[in-house]
Amino acid sequence: MTIRAVEFRAVSKRYGAVTALETISLAIDRGTLVTLLGPSGCGKTTMLRLIAGLEQASTGQIMVEGKDVTLLSATERDVSMVFQSYALFPHMTVLENVCYGLRASGIRKSRAVELAQAKLSLVGLSGYGARLPSELSGGQQQRVAVARAIVLEPKVLLFDEPLSNLDAKLRRHVREEIHELQRSLSLTVIYVTHDQQEALAISDRIIVMSMARVAQDGTPRGLYEQPNSHFVADFIGDANIVPVVIEGRQNELASVRLGPLQLTLPHHGAVAGPAELSIRPQAVLLSRGTSGLSGRVERAAYLGSHMEYWITIAGLDKELFVIAQDVMAPLGVGDEVSLTFGRTGVALVPREHLELG
Amino acid sequence: MQRPPRFPLIWVAIGAAALLAVPWYGLDDRLSAPALFAGVPWLWPLALPLLLSLCAVFGRPRPHLLIAASAGGLLWLVLQGLLIIHRGWTYAWLIELTGGSGPTQPAMGWGAAVYALACVLLLAYGLACRGFCKGDVFVAATLLVVVGLIALFVFYPVLCILASAVRDNEGGFAPEQFLAKLLSPSIWSLACLTGAHGCGVAWNTVAVAALVGVLTTLLGLAFALVALRTHMPMKPLLRALSILPIITPPFVIGLALILLFGRAGMITMWIGNLFDIPRSRWIYGVPGITIAQVLAFTPIAMLVLLGVLQGVAPSLEEASQTLRASRWYTFRSVTWPLIRPGLANSFLIGFIESMADFANPLVIGGNFNVLSTDIFFAVVGASHDQGRAAVLAIVLLAFTLTAFVAQRFWLGRRSYATVGGKGHAGIPAPLPGGLRIACYGVIVPWLLLTIAVYGMILIGGFVVSVGRDNTPTLEYFWTAFSIEKGVGGWFLSGSAWNSFIVTIEIALIAMPFTAALGILTAWLLDRQQFPGRRTFEFLAMMSFAIPGTVIGVAYILAFNVPPVSLTGTGTIIAISFAFRNMPVGIRAGLANLSQIDRSLDEASLTLGARSFRTLRRVLLPMLRPAVVTALVYSFVRAVTAVSAVIFLVTGRYNLATVYIVGRADVGEYGIAIVYSAMLVLFMMLVLLLIQLFVGERRIGRRVDVPPIDAPATALAPA
Ligand SMILES: Nc1ncnc2c1ncn2[C@@H]1O[C@H](COP(=O)(O)OP(=O)(O)O)[C@@H](O)[C@H]1O
Ligand SMILES: [Mg+2]
Repeated sequence: MTIRAVEFRAVSKRYGAVTALETISLAIDRGTLVTLLGPSGCGKTTMLRLIAGLEQASTGQIMVEGKDVTLLSATERDVSMVFQSYALFPHMTVLENVCYGLRASGIRKSRAVELAQAKLSLVGLSGYGARLPSELSGGQQQRVAVARAIVLEPKVLLFDEPLSNLDAKLRRHVREEIHELQRSLSLTVIYVTHDQQEALAISDRIIVMSMARVAQDGTPRGLYEQPNSHFVADFIGDANIVPVVIEGRQNELASVRLGPLQLTLPHHGAVAGPAELSIRPQAVLLSRGTSGLSGRVERAAYLGSHMEYWITIAGLDKELFVIAQDVMAPLGVGDEVSLTFGRTGVALVPREHLELG
Repeated sequence: MQRPPRFPLIWVAIGAAALLAVPWYGLDDRLSAPALFAGVPWLWPLALPLLLSLCAVFGRPRPHLLIAASAGGLLWLVLQGLLIIHRGWTYAWLIELTGGSGPTQPAMGWGAAVYALACVLLLAYGLACRGFCKGDVFVAATLLVVVGLIALFVFYPVLCILASAVRDNEGGFAPEQFLAKLLSPSIWSLACLTGAHGCGVAWNTVAVAALVGVLTTLLGLAFALVALRTHMPMKPLLRALSILPIITPPFVIGLALILLFGRAGMITMWIGNLFDIPRSRWIYGVPGITIAQVLAFTPIAMLVLLGVLQGVAPSLEEASQTLRASRWYTFRSVTWPLIRPGLANSFLIGFIESMADFANPLVIGGNFNVLSTDIFFAVVGASHDQGRAAVLAIVLLAFTLTAFVAQRFWLGRRSYATVGGKGHAGIPAPLPGGLRIACYGVIVPWLLLTIAVYGMILIGGFVVSVGRDNTPTLEYFWTAFSIEKGVGGWFLSGSAWNSFIVTIEIALIAMPFTAALGILTAWLLDRQQFPGRRTFEFLAMMSFAIPGTVIGVAYILAFNVPPVSLTGTGTIIAISFAFRNMPVGIRAGLANLSQIDRSLDEASLTLGARSFRTLRRVLLPMLRPAVVTALVYSFVRAVTAVSAVIFLVTGRYNLATVYIVGRADVGEYGIAIVYSAMLVLFMMLVLLLIQLFVGERRIGRRVDVPPIDAPATALAPA
């Protein structure tokens, strides 16, 4: 059996009556970047703090590199964390901040400075060592926090919403830097965010959480194309969720009826009867013909790179949200259109087995 | 076999040294042999816990055994100390049981203290091994030591009061006498309502305290309103007013009032000559006490209410005005309900301060007694009735603790105002006209009175006899503070020097301990999780509400006889300072810690630093303002304290305040007032110097505590 970087065995965490994590079991491989994704309050930070040792699990077992660390304090665990607020010590210079962990683990000062300088230049901040954190920009502070964490060469590196204090432009840039660093150093990184785009962009694997549980766990592509619940479909990317009826199953495929339309899709465990269909806005193809579902444009918006439409369909009490690439000859409000679906972006969602948040 | 951990081994060794090499009895004189060589068989079992602890750490770690052993050692230490004292068995039933007066032993000394510390630390280690305080030995040890000290120096003495109250003066158990004393009409009589006689001392005290609470709150509110809601330039004035009461021993105000309004006071004489009004003693009693206390405590109310009023978001008042409310209606329907809990808070603070005040009633009370002075006379007076003192102390304590509990639990949940009031834009609504005039009408006379009082303090000692003979003289100054050249060179021949130097010395000794105790407690409360945290917080802050007089009596009752005998030493005075002023450090620490993001500690922990390193390297540098505040306050409050220490001073360890009160008591107002003036000036000098060195601009604040320095100006540790 290979040794996992992190393993949760039936871990729960309660604060009095509040359950922040409910019986979570999962394993994270070495050298991967795993994202915890979910709405605010779903327990992401709690999970990270349990790994770091800043909180003690109420029940269950936590392993880091095959070693049971459930009862160890944060000091004793070989795990570093980059905080949302960066938590740079304001009264220490950048260099002192980066040296701090090395000095705390008893490394000679000259050696510590050497290692710290190396990591500072790795994050592109050589020459900034003598500054105080307050004399750096937000992005630079962020990099100091990263340098401070990786200088200890931890088994696992944790990030709690590291980009939330940066402006939108900088976010994409820093995100790529973190990704690059993770790949070049083969770090095991667990990354918390509530931004699904951020998660899709950098993750090897995404763990979607909802209400103290894991809602779905998989690769970005897998989650996007085959969400296993209404919640995940809605949370990752936009999705139109429409009720459908599964009429029959054959091998891996199910035949599904949506109004007059008959679709054949992988069933992923959904049984015959009423079900839900997740339709990505890009997966809807609009034409002026009569080959598909007939609908009517209710509203239209021009966004420069694409058009957005809201379409009503007879027999469906919900408007469909559609994104169309054709901005040269847009449809007008009131136009009658015919809808068909692309090959990807349409997926059956099994009956809800998860309380909706 | 694993190598045994260092920490418990070291403390087992120290515990053993305490038994084998340190004198067990006695602190500075009459030192005895170490415990195991003193020929005292009941001390021998103390070795057992150390041996068991050794077994518990060698080989397989057995924290249970360690916990049991060290707790057993402590228990045995306490039991033998409580059961066997200098005159034999402590309790009558033991005498009956054994048929003899029993063995005797003097009070515990250094050996016992070191042994107790070793046991506490071993216990902390054992508990930490079992996951207590998240397994952090430093946190567990700090917690146990602090709790142990508070138990020994706050709760044990207060319990001694209770114990002494239910005994007669010979030491026998006498609950009927206790009830008789507790329900005595001299305490509870309401005769003054029908006009026949005076009321009981409890009602006297409550009435004055309530009056003072109301008046200080109203005055404080007037000040806060004028400062925040008018254009009157108040900053320097407010600053002076917030500093003065801190550096002024409270009774000095009473003294100045006598010199102004007494039978021979300056204003009395002046008005008497002008209008031919007969001179009277009206100031002695309720009027004098009330005026003095209102003068002394209004600045506190002012600071509380400034904070409350700042917390009322101007946007709320602006919203009200855009809803077509008039200024007066806005004040009545928005501002007033929002500040009402703050007013109640201020009232309770004034109430507690007034009840606890001892020196003003002593100086200016005349024949009107309150609980604190009654307690004092019960102890030092001709009757020397310790039982009565204890009963009165219980009544006083019950009142102040009730007010304290009300303040914490009842008001705690009702404060809407967010102190600091950040993030609310807008301009505070100006005061309605009538209210503004009323505020000015209250403030201006009050300011004149304050100026008169402080003027009197400064000049009163430099005239022959205030009121009667206003010729300037340096006589009193020289009597108190002369420096002469004798055979052996220059020496301080003035009568005040001795007490002055002793005061400074003891205040300086107490200062670092007070600050350390306060800041560590704040750190435990704010940053650590452990069972009973809320109780611990309540108890730690409660010592603020124990009046000094009660502590004074309690210390006499608790520390006069074995097992712990400290009276007559300078140590006990320093200890009383440390535990009376500790809450100031706690408050300063809590306020400062709440501004330091918790993720800083957590970052340090995840970087592999232990809690001690985190505290020293990360938190302490940022806690500098709190440390300075705690140091300054503990010094200043120690120098100005009188109520607790008046019971504890001796000929050798006399204190400035007690000396002054003594002079005033025998009518030597000249020396008393000159000494007071010097004390006030000295303290002002100390504050100025500290400001100069530390650059801390808001040391004078009593209620809220300055924010931390901008990081750029903070010291970077080497
Ligand atoms: N110290 C705490 N005490 C009580 N409840 C807490 C505490 N920390 C977190 N919670 C609760 O646990 C849940 C999960 O919180 P958190 O992990 O911070 O969510 P996220 O990071 O996903 O936004 C929330 O409902 C929160 O209110
Ligand atoms: Mg979070």
